[in-house]
Amino acid sequence: MLYLQLFWTYLKIGTFTIGGGYVMLSMIEREIVDKKGWIDREEFMNMIALAQAAPGLIAVNSAIFIGWRIGGWRGVIATVLGAVLPSFLIILAIAMVFQDYKDFPAVEAVFKGIRPAVVALIAAPLCRMAASAKITWATAIIPVAGALLIWLGGLSPVWIILVTALATLLFTYLAEKRNKKV
Amino acid sequence: MIYLQLFLSFLKIGFFGFGGGLAIFSLIQMEVQAHGWMTQEEFVDILAISQVTPGPIGINCATYVGYTATGNVWGSLLATTAIVIPSLIIMLAICKVYFIISTRFQHNVYFSRTMHTLRLSVLGLIAAAALMLIKPINQPSVSFIDWRSWTIFATTCFFTILPLFIKKSTNWLKSALNIISHPITLIILAGVAGYVIYS
Repeated sequence: MLYLQLFWTYLKIGTFTIGGGYVMLSMIEREIVDKKGWIDREEFMNMIALAQAAPGLIAVNSAIFIGWRIGGWRGVIATVLGAVLPSFLIILAIAMVFQDYKDFPAVEAVFKGIRPAVVALIAAPLCRMAASAKITWATAIIPVAGALLIWLGGLSPVWIILVTALATLLFTYLAEKRNKKV
Repeated sequence: MIYLQLFLSFLKIGFFGFGGGLAIFSLIQMEVQAHGWMTQEEFVDILAISQVTPGPIGINCATYVGYTATGNVWGSLLATTAIVIPSLIIMLAICKVYFIISTRFQHNVYFSRTMHTLRLSVLGLIAAAALMLIKPINQPSVSFIDWRSWTIFATTCFFTILPLFIKKSTNWLKSALNIISHPITLIILAGVAGYVIYS
């Protein structure tokens, strides 16, 4: 049963990886490339590039790619359900229970400690990500301006994404045109 | 009406969410604030829980926000479905094209430059999410209530980036660093610290 295998593999990946898409990728590599041999390593690297380039969640995008590659439409349904279902059920259970306990003084105290740590966990990975995005002093203006416009200007991140993409396409087009003339 | 808002918001988040879970936080934050679905405390707690439970962070966040905003399972189901739909449409289109043109797209100058600048602007999105939690405009911060919050923040930052500075190390030290810099370890330790300090 191919579809059941696809579903089961992604169910395992979804249940046992904590920390989101990037952590999931290494587990996906082990399961899909090493164990099952569904795709080879080169195709896996291409898949990561595509899953990151497309909007949406990286884990879900990779599930769609593998599902389509191995089992077509039904494969996609199997992998996406497998990737999403564990999260959905676990969070639902937590959300239902947490409603009743969140006003307990002990729970409130624990979360007072956790809240600043969450901010740190969002901010600190920026160092590593900036390095891997090959940032320079000149290009740093893009993230700095974007952050300030969202934070102080209240602009939606959607606009930042749209303007960045369109401006890059325009500048690339103009540069290509000039290159051809010379 | 809230169901329609929820569906449209998460459709938008799925469509413009580049760069994975952390970058998607700032989009979710904007929508949550614009519609007043929950308090700031509730939102930060959701971010914390989304990072320590299994599965993609964006799915965890969508399920949780859907539940908190509506108070029932249907809100969760709607938000989670909505965030996946744009992925389905766009990834399937990409897959169909990919298997025809194979890997040539990576050498296309338009594609590679747009990807590069998008990765840079995603850094700005993540920074904005952090800044909005540190000091929201026109509101007091719920994450930082006194100097002890800042101590927890600085300590967590330190342990998160610590592995970057230690280049030469033994295997034993490396695995110890991996454990101490892991988000789950740090959130659990921060929770223990909170319990000791504030209760």
